Amino acid sequence: MLDQPEQTQSGGAMPEKAAAETLLEVTNIEVIYNHVILVLKGVSLKVPKGGITALLGGNGAGKTTTLKAISNLLHSERGEVTKGMITYRGERIQHLTPSELVDRGVIQVMEGRHCFEHLTVEENLLTGAYTRRDGKGAIAADLEMVYTYFPRLKERRTSQAGYTSGGEQQMTAIGRALMSRPETILLDEPSMGLAPQLVEQIFDIVKRLNEEQGVTFLLAEQNTNVALRFAHYGYILESGRVVMDGPAAELRENPDVKEFYLGMSEEGRKSFRDVRSYRRRKRWLS
Amino acid sequence: MPDQLIFAMEVTLNGLLNGVMYALVALGFVLIFKASGIFNYAQGVMALFAAMTLVGIQQGRVPFGHLINEIFGTDIHYFGWEVPALAAILLTALVMIGFAILAQRFVFRHLVGQEPIILFMATIGLAYFLEGVSDLMWGSEIRNLDVGLPQGINDSIDAVTFNLFGYGFFIDNLDITAAIVATVLVAGLIAFAQYTKQGRAMRAVADDHQAALSVGIKLNYVWVLVWSLAGIVALVAGIMWGSKSGVQFSLSLIALKALPVLMLGGFTSIPGAIIGGLIIGVGEALFEFAIGPMIGGATENWFAYVLALVFLVFRPQGLFGEKIIERV
Ligand SMILES: Nc1ncnc2c1ncn2[C@@H]1O[C@H](COP(=O)(O)OP(=O)(O)OP(=O)(O)O)[C@@H](O)[C@H]1O
Ligand SMILES: [Mg+2]
Repeated sequence: MLDQPEQTQSGGAMPEKAAAETLLEVTNIEVIYNHVILVLKGVSLKVPKGGITALLGGNGAGKTTTLKAISNLLHSERGEVTKGMITYRGERIQHLTPSELVDRGVIQVMEGRHCFEHLTVEENLLTGAYTRRDGKGAIAADLEMVYTYFPRLKERRTSQAGYTSGGEQQMTAIGRALMSRPETILLDEPSMGLAPQLVEQIFDIVKRLNEEQGVTFLLAEQNTNVALRFAHYGYILESGRVVMDGPAAELRENPDVKEFYLGMSEEGRKSFRDVRSYRRRKRWLS
Repeated sequence: MPDQLIFAMEVTLNGLLNGVMYALVALGFVLIFKASGIFNYAQGVMALFAAMTLVGIQQGRVPFGHLINEIFGTDIHYFGWEVPALAAILLTALVMIGFAILAQRFVFRHLVGQEPIILFMATIGLAYFLEGVSDLMWGSEIRNLDVGLPQGINDSIDAVTFNLFGYGFFIDNLDITAAIVATVLVAGLIAFAQYTKQGRAMRAVADDHQAALSVGIKLNYVWVLVWSLAGIVALVAGIMWGSKSGVQFSLSLIALKALPVLMLGGFTSIPGAIIGGLIIGVGEALFEFAIGPMIGGATENWFAYVLALVFLVFRPQGLFGEKIIERV
């Protein structure tokens, strides 16, 4: 992992030095499940090195599908990228297996955590180092590194992961990904099912990992509010299309985003009906 | 000591040793089921095929001899050499690994993500296919298998028990050997699963395919590994049963003995397979000894199933089956 100097800003604009290189680029991809269900209808996005990029949108918008298209976990779900291009450091990566991608530094933390429930927390972490060939010493050192970020996991290291709390499982899943020495983590809905305080804690750690370890994040979230506070840049996905993107600070101030994703407006919360008519209006316009 | 009690002890001991064999067969099932969720109907046929192959290699038989002779009008059956037992066992193990690779390459790889029932059907197909291959390769006659395992009554047990009870126990050396070999094998497997990187990967795959993929574990590789291990377990079971009662089609029916063991011990537990095997071995021997004569004998055929069914009612996940962890 790359060591980066500490960044002091909290969210907001992209760190200047990272504006340079695009690590991951998704260009106009289309994804079809089971040969017939068209889910992504031309999604494009860029993930700059050293940044936290958020992928936002409601249920079924296609966030998970986008991440899985990148990490190539779609195949086992009978999904397929039928159009478009995905590149990492300028190279096409669609033909690579998940294992080869992990080897190149791209790893996904799946939605719903997916810990190995009968393995202990520490064994879970060690499975993250499966593809590594740099020896036991380096792996042990990284295990300690993970424990410094997640002291709670150290206390729970011998517990079966299935019996740990939701928050601990999310930490285990992130820690497990870290054990592969990733350059980029595709983090799918880390806030899912966690109390607000824990969500805050997890995002704080994500931010520290980004700043101190230089890990690049592509973060899928329904929780727009939290995600936009921690991310540098955001894309908003709606039924398989990117409908808006911009620096996180701008998105936070955007009236549409405020209204429909942050649940704020002059008259207070909008009703579901209004959201639906908004959708209808939008469809007319597009 | 009353005679009945002494007899019962002998019966128990024999039952225990039989139970070890049951456990061994059950273990093959557990390995595959745990790692891939596949209930491998072909496990029994794999034992038959392994034993047939072992005999064939050992005796220097020409594989597919019948077929070759039929097509080319030749009359060859033997290469004219004999392969030492140990070398033949190793070669057979390689054949079983080859089988694992082929099964993965041509069948299971294409069924990733399918329903368990479809995978189960695939193993039924595989079982009949393998049975056919076994017939074609080595013929279907009954073969004697002798890899030099000690046979006959164990004299020292006979002598010791005679001195103690005035009645010598009849314990077959082969059963004792089988018990020892099975114990070593199981200990080895547990150590492998628990303490090695690949073993850990195997358990990870057993828990969650998707997550295993996501951390870069290669499912195909792990499954080939698991099927190879199951093949080797089948080989060992085939050697033990084959040495005892000859290699023939009925060897593949030992799978039927494993089923109640699995119901009892749980489909996912290695210790469960062992304890389950022992309980069934002892249970059926004692039942036959105590109750059998009153109801016409031959209770071994069904006792295990009844025991397992009774168990199923009270503990559906089996004695040691993994608790289904349910929390979000
Ligand atoms: N394996 C699958 N087969 C068929 N359709 C699928 C499959 N997985 C997802 N979909 C469909 O694709 C669409 C997008 O799903 P996806 O999981 O990518 O959404 P998401 O944005 O991650 O939603 P959430 O916030 O609920 O996780 C949904 O309509 C879903 O029903
Ligand atoms: Mg999702």
